[in-house]
Amino acid sequence: MLTFTLRRLLLAIPILLVISLVIFLLVDLAPGSPMSEIPLTVPPDVRQRMIEALGADQPVFVRYLLWLKQFFWVEPMTLVDGWFGTTFAAGEQRILSWQSRSPVFTIIGQRIPQTLTVVGTAYLVGILIAVPIGIYSAYRQYSVFDQAGTLFAMIGFSVPTFFSGTLFIIIFAVWLGWFPTKYDTTLVVTDWDSFVQRIRQMALPVMTLGLANAAAISRYMRSSMLDNMAMDYVRTARAKGMSERVVVLRHVLRNSLIPVVTVIALGIPSIFGGAIITENLFGVNGIGAALIGAIHANDIPMVQTLAFIFAVLIVLFNLIADIIYGLLDPRIRYD
Amino acid sequence: MKFKTALLGAAAAFVLAPAAYAERGTDGEVKLTFPQAVSIMNPYLSGGTKDIYASSMVLEPLAGLTPEGVLVPKLVTEIPTKENGGISEDMTSITWKLLPDLKWSDGTAVTADDAVFTWQYCTDPAGGCSQATKYEGITSVEAVDASTIKVTFSGPKANPYTAFVSALAPILQKKQFEACLGAAAPTCTDANNMPVGTGPFMVTGFTVNDTVSMAANPNYRDPAKPAFATAVIKGGGDAEGSARVVMETGEFDYAWNTQIPPDTQASMTAAGKGQFVVAFGTLVERIEMNTTDPSPDLPEGERSTAKHPHPILSDIKVRTALSKAIDRSILVEVGYGAGGKPTCNVIPGPADWASANDGCLTQDMEGAKALLDEAGWTDTDGDGIRDKDGKPLNILYQTTVNPIRQDFQALIKDWWTELGVNVELKAIDPGVFFGGDPGSPDTFQKFYADVEMYANNSESPDPESYLGQYQCKNAPRPETQWQGENINRFCTPEYDALYATLATTTDIAARQDIAKKLNDMVTKDSMIVVPLVHRGTLSAHSNALGGVQINAWDSELWNVADWFRVK
Repeated sequence: MLTFTLRRLLLAIPILLVISLVIFLLVDLAPGSPMSEIPLTVPPDVRQRMIEALGADQPVFVRYLLWLKQFFWVEPMTLVDGWFGTTFAAGEQRILSWQSRSPVFTIIGQRIPQTLTVVGTAYLVGILIAVPIGIYSAYRQYSVFDQAGTLFAMIGFSVPTFFSGTLFIIIFAVWLGWFPTKYDTTLVVTDWDSFVQRIRQMALPVMTLGLANAAAISRYMRSSMLDNMAMDYVRTARAKGMSERVVVLRHVLRNSLIPVVTVIALGIPSIFGGAIITENLFGVNGIGAALIGAIHANDIPMVQTLAFIFAVLIVLFNLIADIIYGLLDPRIRYD
Repeated sequence: MKFKTALLGAAAAFVLAPAAYAERGTDGEVKLTFPQAVSIMNPYLSGGTKDIYASSMVLEPLAGLTPEGVLVPKLVTEIPTKENGGISEDMTSITWKLLPDLKWSDGTAVTADDAVFTWQYCTDPAGGCSQATKYEGITSVEAVDASTIKVTFSGPKANPYTAFVSALAPILQKKQFEACLGAAAPTCTDANNMPVGTGPFMVTGFTVNDTVSMAANPNYRDPAKPAFATAVIKGGGDAEGSARVVMETGEFDYAWNTQIPPDTQASMTAAGKGQFVVAFGTLVERIEMNTTDPSPDLPEGERSTAKHPHPILSDIKVRTALSKAIDRSILVEVGYGAGGKPTCNVIPGPADWASANDGCLTQDMEGAKALLDEAGWTDTDGDGIRDKDGKPLNILYQTTVNPIRQDFQALIKDWWTELGVNVELKAIDPGVFFGGDPGSPDTFQKFYADVEMYANNSESPDPESYLGQYQCKNAPRPETQWQGENINRFCTPEYDALYATLATTTDIAARQDIAKKLNDMVTKDSMIVVPLVHRGTLSAHSNALGGVQINAWDSELWNVADWFRVK
């Protein structure tokens, strides 16, 4: 297992380098300019000087190598400096966003908390709703509950978040007035009241995302349970006189969870990626909103850095899913 | 009538009453929301309106502009004029006197050195200052004494109120930005995000493209203002969401730029929590006519250049016919509602600068058809498309991807089709269209189409620099890397000559007269530019927020110090 993990980690390095180059070229070759949001009243020569000040007029490979140096040397060293008070990165240029002139990693640091809180909670809520629905739907296949669960999953799958989110806003915020629609990122939880405030402002985005997440996972859970319910070992367990509860929850569920856990693990990078539409709709302003904002503004350093971090996370969680799979299923061995 | 006036007066007195005895910081928090989040609080490093408006709550210029477009002193004792001796007789220098005892929010004194430094900061060639035009033509800025600033120009300057005027050109604190000159400008993250200013508020927290938290400036020059103790600008979402949180849920007090369809405006107003306010500046949605041939058969580098005049649109009769066929009031009704009005002018305001040009306001389909017949474009083969010398009347009409613009395209296509014109529509991503990348065929400067539609405006009430764009020399062409503001490649010696006189004319009435003539030359006299809609900026404020005076000539938040909570 250890050699397998090491081999995969080493192999990841060239893969990630190639990915970084591909992302950089894609982002750079895409049409558009960092000046596209500047009003037309700014004349062309001033625009040109602004582009030069950003360094955006440099050849593409110069900018790529600079980015590599900043990402793999300057930024980690800045982190080390921050921890130990050293000065490895003193005077070195960090990766700056073209749009805001702030260091990209500072922006990511500001945004990760709300993305993890909102999107992470939604993922968790989605799993907690989906697993019981999947189990019971499979156990009572074609019952009214199963039909209702299928309907729920179909709605979750087919209704896009920009629609369900707006619908929730109109019902719960405009008509009923229960929840706020704009997420206050400056809110600090210090007492019961602010905690309630946090829960209230999370309610709508979590509901919107949770519905979509639960739909997908409940279908995986149901079909995995159905596969196992028909197995011989289930009949054996029943023949031995075990209670239904033990059969379903100990024997069938544990075996059925293996593929579901993999699906869940593979979905985790998407938590860090944020939820572009939902974050924008509710003003959560996490990573997803940062990415789409940077794409609109042609903020290449920001897009490049975020896209690369997502690539790293996806490679990493693929490996983690493989390892978990091996741990859960004794039949699978990598050595 | 008298009774109504009395009622209005009483209502006004009632609304204004709380302001009269308000004290600083007694009205709690004012919450603003911008559909585009604030990226940076230093307007010199951003050109985005969102950043300029947000920073105007903190940083202030020497003088600002009122909603009527009139100069109003902010950090100075009075507006310098020739009469009070503030402007030299030969118009080559202007002298500003700072208010006595003026302090930055950190308690230190504002001095003339800060203004001198601001000029140096924005004119440093390595700094990439986005407001460099505000400081153009200045040879020196001197601190005559601690509170006197003298700006000297390279020649007589008809409009000397550019440097240090309006939210686009505020004063920076020398102490804070001293280490941020030139190439170092973007690296000063803290200063750029939390500038020290003289405005009614100061920044207490800043998260990029998300939230700006502010508190009342304890050293603000008026001890009774601002009425609010804290202020927050939350960014993100879209125009409709921003309007909703003010007009329907009441979570926010003010939403900037809530450009939403007229029917949604009406239904949100019906909720009774707030109101839309609109300010008309000079923003005009227009169709630009290409005077050069964009044909793809021409070699690259000659396409859409002065070498090849446009085969169809070079004829003024065709251009006039296309304009006559458009019903501008329907366009306003469909796209903008209260946020727009029909116009025939490139310079629709302020009133003193706008030409009395309303010939285009009524649609004249028959007149348009007659003009095309006259020009020799007739439907000889009976396919519904006019033709001349065997060539059909085909027009490629491009604009950006935007729901309102696509509605406009569809409506105008219908009218032009009725006229017997074959119209092909094209919609381009705004990032590409306005991006100015010389390698892309789809920028508005390259203009590889017959007509294109977008909006443009003059950033100051005096349109001198705005009108300068139609000079021959500003035509985008391969030699200029396809940069330039004369999109139509319009080129007449008369225009250039008259524009040259504008730059040297100092009498205000004469300037207005010249501006009107220039406006007419590109619109009704030549139909090179076909204005459609005079667009306002539409914002929304809650009924619980008083004192809002929306402004098209300066930051919309120009009088945020006077805002108060209606109780």
